Amino acid sequence: MDPLLRVEDIHKRYGTEEVLRGVSFQLDRGQTKVVIGPSGTGKSTLLRCINRLTAPDRGQVWLEDVEVTAPRAKINEIRSQIGFVFQDFNLFTHLTALDNVRLGLVKVKRMGKREATTRAMEELTRVGLKDKAGAYPAHLSGGQQQRVSIARALAMDPKLILFDEPTSALDPELIGEVLNVMAQLAEDGMTMIVVTHEMGFARSVADEIVFMEHGVIVEQGPPEKLFRSPEVARTGEFLRKISELYGAEE
Amino acid sequence: MEAVIANVVEVTRHLPMLLRSSLINIQLLLALLVVGFLVGTVVALLQVYGGRFVGVVAFVYEWVFRSIPALVLLFLFYYGPAQFGLYISSFLAATLALGFRSSAYQSQVFRGAIQSVPPGQMLAARSLGMGRGRAVISIVLPQAFRLAIPGWSNEFASVVKDTTLAYAVGLNEIMRSARIIVDRRYDLAMLALLVVALIFLVFTYAGNGLLGVVERRVRVPGLTTAEPGGTRREHG
Ligand SMILES: Nc1ncnc2c1ncn2[C@@H]1O[C@H](COP(=O)(O)OP(=O)(O)OP(=O)(O)O)[C@@H](O)[C@H]1O
Ligand SMILES: [Mg+2]
Repeated sequence: MDPLLRVEDIHKRYGTEEVLRGVSFQLDRGQTKVVIGPSGTGKSTLLRCINRLTAPDRGQVWLEDVEVTAPRAKINEIRSQIGFVFQDFNLFTHLTALDNVRLGLVKVKRMGKREATTRAMEELTRVGLKDKAGAYPAHLSGGQQQRVSIARALAMDPKLILFDEPTSALDPELIGEVLNVMAQLAEDGMTMIVVTHEMGFARSVADEIVFMEHGVIVEQGPPEKLFRSPEVARTGEFLRKISELYGAEE
Repeated sequence: MEAVIANVVEVTRHLPMLLRSSLINIQLLLALLVVGFLVGTVVALLQVYGGRFVGVVAFVYEWVFRSIPALVLLFLFYYGPAQFGLYISSFLAATLALGFRSSAYQSQVFRGAIQSVPPGQMLAARSLGMGRGRAVISIVLPQAFRLAIPGWSNEFASVVKDTTLAYAVGLNEIMRSARIIVDRRYDLAMLALLVVALIFLVFTYAGNGLLGVVERRVRVPGLTTAEPGGTRREHG
């Protein structure tokens, strides 16, 4: 089967700093990839290059048989098929949870209001927030906001969801509720790329872990392999350090 | 004492004329607010999203209309076109001159409000597949307008008063009526002008009340700014 996503030799430079120096990987349908790496390594930049929130300088991204990076690609249509979950949620402040989830359906997918409402309520229910539909973001906890933002991405029926450190802005006691939702998504067969330091999640949910440093992929492979017998010494070193910091209980 | 009472009675006789002409001020006010709001919003959007060249043009526009005295603008718009055989009404001249002037001030308010919408809002909208224009209309502006209400209220208070300047180009507004009274009876000057002042107190009071209602109607938790000169309390 063809991969759902192909990333080929992505380069990105900010000023004189080359943030991505040739990143390539593939992702099959239903797979979850966890991306780890030190701060400033280009993980966020890589995610943003995939849906072109940031334009890569070189290289290609393919979503199925559509080249995302083609100059004439219908980028808005492509973006509507790729969910993006931000570290600081970025829920639309002036809209209720329901309207946050519904907006893309109405404005981008041109769905009727009734149908959009039904659809949005389904997704809010899926993330356990049916009873918060009428609440504004300011009245939701961080964990609830992040779950609404996941529902917002899910409602668009994306082929793939990109998560950029979805739990880094959360109080420790709220991390679990978000990770549980994500683990359930992976179980349901959603295709995901997750940048995270949560090694417990990575070990139990990821099909593959990608270790990045200085704008390149140092090593990638199944969690068991990377944790037990990494090929590059640096990978093991980083995994040990991060596991100490964030815990990696199995 | 009797003389004072007689004067009050005399001015009261002219009250209908003053009130009728104050309707012209209200019409002008509405015209100014519409022109100022629409042009101000466009100028602010161009300043923020227009790119370098367009942005500079928008800034020059703002600078020009904020720097030229209101009376000079009024005369320019009234007598300027007439020199080329284009005669426009004093109402239209005042609408354009004072409306553009207000748009320059309003664009400042809106620009600040647009810029204080966090960039993540735009990113999230784009990530859903909204185009930039769509995102501006659905996400940025609804938030920016709410944030702009306190600043906009100040501009509103200025514009209400500015409508009397149109007196200078001969619009039959309230100051002109007052002037007619004064020209006939010089000793009524103070009383007549106090009545004008009172009418403006009522206008401003009513306007602020209306704006307060609008603000409460559109208020959303987490989307308020500090009011100039005071802190806004958030409810809920
Ligand atoms: N818009 C930008 N303009 C200039 N430099 C940028 C921009 N975005 C990112 N950078 C730089 O690119 C480098 C990589 O940033 P990026 O956010 O992709 O790293 P990251 O791996 O996600 O780090 P973190 O773990 O801290 O989130 C950093 O040095 C950052 O300063
Ligand atoms: Mg990052």
